[in-house]
Amino acid sequence: MGVFIDKDTKVLVQGITGSTALFHTKQMLEYGTKIVAGVTPGKGGLEVEGVPVYNTVEEAKEATGANVSVIYVPAPFAADAIVEAADAELDMAICITEHIPVLDMVKVKRYLEDKSTRLVGPNCPGVITADESKIGIMPGYIHKKGHVGVVSRSGTLTYEAVHQLTEAGIGQTTAVGIGGDPVNGTDFIDSLKAFNEDPETYAVVMIGEIGGTAEEEAAEWVKENMTKPVVGFIGGVTAPPGKRMGHAGAIISGGKGTADEKIKTMNSCGIETADTPSEIGETLIERIKQEDGLYEKCLTVK
Amino acid sequence: MNIHEYQGKEIFRSMGVAVPEGSVAYTPEEAVDVAKTLDSDVYVVKAQIHAGGRGKAGGVKIAKSIDEVREYAKELLGKVLVTHQTGPEGKEVKRLLIEEGCDIQNEFYIGFVIDRATDRVVLMGSEEGGTEIEEVAEKTPEKIFKEVIDPVVGLMPYQAKRLAFNINIPKESVNKAAKLMLSLYNVFTEKDCAIVEINPLVSTGSGDVLALDAKINFDENALFRNKDIVELRDLDEEDPKEIEASKYDLSYVALDGNIGCMVNGAGLAMATMDTINHFGGKPANFLDVGGGATTEKVTEAFKIILGDEGVRGIFVNIFGGIMKCDVIAEGVVEAVKNVGLDIPLVVRLEGTNVERGKEILDGSDFDIIPASTMAEGAQKIIEAVNQNK
Repeated sequence: MGVFIDKDTKVLVQGITGSTALFHTKQMLEYGTKIVAGVTPGKGGLEVEGVPVYNTVEEAKEATGANVSVIYVPAPFAADAIVEAADAELDMAICITEHIPVLDMVKVKRYLEDKSTRLVGPNCPGVITADESKIGIMPGYIHKKGHVGVVSRSGTLTYEAVHQLTEAGIGQTTAVGIGGDPVNGTDFIDSLKAFNEDPETYAVVMIGEIGGTAEEEAAEWVKENMTKPVVGFIGGVTAPPGKRMGHAGAIISGGKGTADEKIKTMNSCGIETADTPSEIGETLIERIKQEDGLYEKCLTVK
Repeated sequence: MNIHEYQGKEIFRSMGVAVPEGSVAYTPEEAVDVAKTLDSDVYVVKAQIHAGGRGKAGGVKIAKSIDEVREYAKELLGKVLVTHQTGPEGKEVKRLLIEEGCDIQNEFYIGFVIDRATDRVVLMGSEEGGTEIEEVAEKTPEKIFKEVIDPVVGLMPYQAKRLAFNINIPKESVNKAAKLMLSLYNVFTEKDCAIVEINPLVSTGSGDVLALDAKINFDENALFRNKDIVELRDLDEEDPKEIEASKYDLSYVALDGNIGCMVNGAGLAMATMDTINHFGGKPANFLDVGGGATTEKVTEAFKIILGDEGVRGIFVNIFGGIMKCDVIAEGVVEAVKNVGLDIPLVVRLEGTNVERGKEILDGSDFDIIPASTMAEGAQKIIEAVNQNK
């Protein structure tokens, strides 16, 4: 189980003939992800890593039944790739690409409003359902099957959290990287909703950072709707205002989007937060120990 | 990327956004030459630095004669302006904007931003011109009006007029104000802006509506398709270490602490600063070496960190995922050899092949302090720096 993707997800790789995409296609195949097609306009008919390449997403979907796309297309062309995936009515498009112009994303989001395709990212590590399907660039081996969902704006902080959980014997369902851009697809609330409805997920870790108010809105949603324990971490307590901290979306502007404000709101909505990233695992464990028998149920990694 | 006010106004003028006549000057003589071309008996001499609050800091002067223009230009050029946005060290004035004075009747604020809640471009306006918009938002939020723009049709004339009426632009000037907003929206979208603000926008005695200021911030991710904008970059206004870092595709932000940080991934890099701070230390920078963390990148990153004279120790924090820890460890050792490090270095490696990575660090000729977790690493570097005092 898990959310968004599972062992039956049929993946097509947009931009498959690029060097980064090739490298990660190999990694995903090794993990056991069902990669059924690649798309690079003009390279149709080729085969890379045993995967057939098509000129268009529509063609690839028709020929292979692919239902999820992962996008490694360079930033200037990435918006086009997302729209193509949505136009072909795929269930989901996971966009790894970083540095997409924000006005391109404003248009893409408008286009997606009446489409059924779920966008994850851009500027994200992807989505992984442990021991089933890895779609993106995350190191697969740190993820072990279990009952904790993870949703995060940061790639490496997700790895950090997942690694701590696995080391402590706590396996995961799905880790969703929603990405570090100011305008993105799937958000915290979408992911939390999915985890709330997933019978295999018993608790959730959410990792946010400075910029915007998505964490605050998610915290309010959790308070009203979530039936499962949620813990969190927010990066950027020491970030100076007005400076972009690596991610395009990680900026405190006009006094809005500070880590302190987010932590305060999360705490007041019942979401415990870790003081340092080294304590994310412990924070989750302490929280699930408060529920009768939950910790034991979450101990899935031998 | 930011530009100067005079550059912003040149873009405005070329795209139909009304601005006062004027031009840039680098010397008092040029300032006088510009003033002579203006059909006015009042001139405004404005210091050009990439920071707000120039007026309050004495960077804007009203001259009533050509001689006064010369005097003010002499006074301002070379002066270090300290505003609430420059930090205590201030910024040296190297360029001036010489402009015609105008008969201001009312001051307003208008701005375009990307609104993260709606994922749309939003036009904001207020009748409280001349005041910081953040201050207005806090004290009198009811005086801020917004128009959310659908990218399919762009800003519509009725929206621009509605905003103009809402912020009480004089009736006879509403059409001119709306035209200015529509042109400004074109600037925003065609030049890939992240923020455009006019504060103040003014209505004049003759019924004109003019942008008296121009603050533009461009989306750096879109500079590849706006070569004309890249040419406006003023390197004097940027931190030299940040410029150097950008050459090597490193993401770097200077801070004022003494512990240099080198981390892979933006989120982890921010969290590393937070962890150092949590244990009582002060981070000297944010630095994301990216997923690769190759020897070349690590070497350049060390050089940039060491270029900061305040740095007394370095904390390298890498989560080796796809990139294996032994490869990273070799890169770090090689980089230390290249730059000849003589301050404490703590390296925390975690991830694939971590044991092999640690062996490489231990076996090197350098005194590299290993750490297993971020928290441990942060504590160790703080301790090492304190001992070295």
